[in-house]
Amino acid sequence: MLTAPLIVVTSFAYVGLLFAIAYYGDKRADAGRSIIANPYIYALSLAVYCTSWTFYGSVGRAATSGIGFLPIYLGPTLMAALWWYVMLKIIRISKQNRITSIADFIASRYGKSQMLGGLVTIIAVIGIIPYIALQLKAISNTFFIVLQYPEVVMPDKQSAPLFLGDNTFYIAMLLAAFTILFGTRHLDATERHEGLVAAVAFESVVKLLAFIAVGIFVTFSLYDGFDDIFSRAAQSVELNALLTFGGETGNYATWATLTFLSMAAIMFLPRQFQVTVVENVDERHLTKAIWLFPLYLLAINIFVLPIAFGGLLHFPGGTVDADTFVLTLPIVEGRPWLALFAFIGGLSAATGMVIVETIALSTMVCNDLVMPVLLRMKALRLTERRDLSGLLLGIRRGAIVLILMLGYLYFYLAGEAYALVSIGLISFSAVAQFAPAIIGGIFWKGGTRTAAVCGLAAGFLVWTYTLLLPSFAKSDWLPITFLSHGLFGTDLLRPQQLFGLSGLDDITHCLFWSMLVNIGCYVGISLVKGPSAAEHSQATVFVDALKHAAGAGSRFWRGSASVNDLLALLGRFLGPERAREEFVAYARGRGAKSPEALAADAGLVHHTESLLAGAIGSASARVMVASVVDEEPLDLDEVMNIIDEASQVLAYSRQLEQKSQELEAATNELRGANRRLQELDRLKDDFISTVTHELRTPLTSIRAFSEILNDNPQLEGEERAKFLGIVIKESERLTRLINQVLDLSKIESGNAEWHSTEIDMREVVEDSVAAVSQLFKDSNIELDVRMPNEVPPIVADRDRLMQVMLNLLSNAAKFCERPGGRVVVGLARDGSFLRVDVSDNGVGISQADQDVIFDKFRQVGDTLTQKPKGSGLGLAISRQIIDHFGGRLWVKSRLGEGSTFSFTVPLESPRPARIPAVLPEPGFGT
Amino acid sequence: MTRSTASDRPRAVKKILIAEDEPNIVISLEFLLKEAGYEVAIARDGSQALKLAATLRPDLIVLDVMLPALNGFDVCRRIRGEVKDIKVLMLTARGRDSEVAKGMAAGADAYMTKPFATRELVSKVAELLATDD
Repeated sequence: MLTAPLIVVTSFAYVGLLFAIAYYGDKRADAGRSIIANPYIYALSLAVYCTSWTFYGSVGRAATSGIGFLPIYLGPTLMAALWWYVMLKIIRISKQNRITSIADFIASRYGKSQMLGGLVTIIAVIGIIPYIALQLKAISNTFFIVLQYPEVVMPDKQSAPLFLGDNTFYIAMLLAAFTILFGTRHLDATERHEGLVAAVAFESVVKLLAFIAVGIFVTFSLYDGFDDIFSRAAQSVELNALLTFGGETGNYATWATLTFLSMAAIMFLPRQFQVTVVENVDERHLTKAIWLFPLYLLAINIFVLPIAFGGLLHFPGGTVDADTFVLTLPIVEGRPWLALFAFIGGLSAATGMVIVETIALSTMVCNDLVMPVLLRMKALRLTERRDLSGLLLGIRRGAIVLILMLGYLYFYLAGEAYALVSIGLISFSAVAQFAPAIIGGIFWKGGTRTAAVCGLAAGFLVWTYTLLLPSFAKSDWLPITFLSHGLFGTDLLRPQQLFGLSGLDDITHCLFWSMLVNIGCYVGISLVKGPSAAEHSQATVFVDALKHAAGAGSRFWRGSASVNDLLALLGRFLGPERAREEFVAYARGRGAKSPEALAADAGLVHHTESLLAGAIGSASARVMVASVVDEEPLDLDEVMNIIDEASQVLAYSRQLEQKSQELEAATNELRGANRRLQELDRLKDDFISTVTHELRTPLTSIRAFSEILNDNPQLEGEERAKFLGIVIKESERLTRLINQVLDLSKIESGNAEWHSTEIDMREVVEDSVAAVSQLFKDSNIELDVRMPNEVPPIVADRDRLMQVMLNLLSNAAKFCERPGGRVVVGLARDGSFLRVDVSDNGVGISQADQDVIFDKFRQVGDTLTQKPKGSGLGLAISRQIIDHFGGRLWVKSRLGEGSTFSFTVPLESPRPARIPAVLPEPGFGT
Repeated sequence: MTRSTASDRPRAVKKILIAEDEPNIVISLEFLLKEAGYEVAIARDGSQALKLAATLRPDLIVLDVMLPALNGFDVCRRIRGEVKDIKVLMLTARGRDSEVAKGMAAGADAYMTKPFATRELVSKVAELLATDD
């Protein structure tokens, strides 16, 4: 009656109906009239949790473990109560950050790490594959069973050849095709599939109705209600055990494990994340889902025990697999349409799961695994391609086919060894590995990327070792000794009694070890090394998600971009038209007429990144956006530029400082020069004043006596002669003075004439002594000359040296002791100089006076008696002359012990003429 | 006023102290003032001038500024502090106004620059001594 074509056509018709619903849903969504925007559809879509495992497997588990099937539904029910705290936060975070998958979520939380996204994807794909295999197995087996109607025949194990000879392979391929049709017809920035959600909700209704129909049939048609079934079951010792805790079925550890696993699964299974988070239209729907979803679970479980007991009572001896009771009971009772309905219900549960799960996984594979790698491969030049949306869809479709093929392979290799529930729990255990990173990530800011990677990787490795590999081993695909004797024959490494831990079922055992290392690594490593700046900023976005309004991410963006760059970037992934639409909508929202009128500010960049994140994942989106905007963290060039600028500014400032120092130095120099000028001016005034005074003194005498002589013609000869003598002497003094002032002035200004020749100093001394000999004789002064027979010649002006000698000799004569005056003249070689000493035995010169006698007009003498003769310029002039020849003129004297005036003249050719000072010394005439 | 004669002399012969270190100028001043009928004493430096001013009690001092030992300003200031009724005629070879002001501030009665006109000097002395009466 139920022929293969009928079953196939019915199946296709059902899937076609689903497709029609999905298509309608998409159309309505495009038109802006969503059919899923209500909490009931949302809650029903969450029931994608109930797969063929639920549909068939719950009865199977109840048949072996009694109420042991319950934790799988208790967990989600408990979790739903916590949703208001946990799921709401995850939804809020995901909407704010345009997160599209669980991999994206974890990667985004830990600093938008591509590596972490990839790891999560790999874990999810490998972990979910057994689960998909489970669905394939369910469809394949039930198809076979329903085909045998009205007989009840169990499918042979491993009877069919691989691939083309195997119905399951075709089922997998068909599911892949449906999934591609449902999920990847077009690319959506938000990864939302409204039509799909509508179809899933519809499926949830179908599978619930089918299951309840079978339940009612068994309970009220085969038996007389619940009481009848339970009382019959109670009569059987075997069945009675199923209704009680204790024994192997009621192990508390197992209960706790299953409850925990299902709590994690309802949150972190990729398809659950897809429907709960990604497909969520309005987070307020969650409030209804919190009680609607547990209600659904309750409804679909009410008849599990009755069907299980009915099956066990009907098929004693285990001839019929308990997993098939839902189907075989109607068959054996000759109810073909109910059997078909049950088959469709199971198909519905399986296809719903496969389609949503595979779409979610393909999104992750594409966004978090393939695209990051492709974008990194420079040779592909993907970053330069204009439109990548086709490539993205291609990758996803490929991923869908691949995932279903892997599911088929697992089914083929290991599927026969386990009941449906056990296969499902393997997947649950894998997904549970996400729990520490996610729960920790949204409630604890301290978690770091490294810690999340290590925790996930370690937990996943333990899961692989203790659950996945044993599942292969049990299927004889790996040597069974691996299980009984451990890796390398080491007992401690037995996968299901790791380090000697025994007494637990394999799921609990795996969960214990994997969570231990996972949580241990996550918490331990996070505590050892705290989060980086990027991690911390993301941690804040996630942990404080409920505190901030939407768009919090933009706070962490600084930089610049152009609207066209962003538009072009978005266009490459979403298609140019769609990208433009998004920008126009954004511009309208901001009150701008066109996207071109927008400022490429942090908000727009963030918006672009969010849109891109929907298409390629947050980590890749970040990389892509970073490629068109100059944002921080800065690349090396920019850092170098900034450093360059900074160092330039520094150099400028240093130059400025230097200039300012130079200026200051110049100012100081000028100030010094000015001071010197003022000093010189004062000296010049003093000099003029002094010279004037010196001139006025003889002039006073001359005038006075001239007037006296003029007014007193009666003056007698002697007095008259005396007065005239004074006039003549003072006139001579005046003349001498004038000459000397001019002479000094010339020497000081460098205008004096020098006639340097090679001269013999002996001759100069002899000549000068001869010139003053008469004066000394008149004054009764003894003059003693001591010099060697020969001295080296010197080059100098002979007359000038004579002038110095005569000055010194006349001074000596003037100041030597009277009577008994004695003057000694000495000439000797002194190193590279010739030295002349003129010593007298006069009163000597005090130390203070020694410093000033070489000054102009400074005369030192016995002022109490008589003013010394002379102008007071002699020594000043002599010193200038000796200086000019490169020698030195000085005096050694002590009061009462006479004085010795000495000068030296260098033997070598005279040094170059003295470089005149900046300003010539003041003096008379030039 | 013309050259002083014996008939013009006041009852008591006025005493004048010449404080000057330039010998020839001393000679000329001594001649001029003796000719004018005054009694003349000579000091060669500042401290000698102070001493003689105190002992001789001259009516007037012809005081050179550039004196050895103690300059004319200081001498003048000290004389003003001790013997009030002595007229001081300062002589200086420095013609600056500041020098004149300095001399006046020190208490000089009159100030003449070198070289001076002999008649002017004598008449200035007579003038100073006349006001004294």
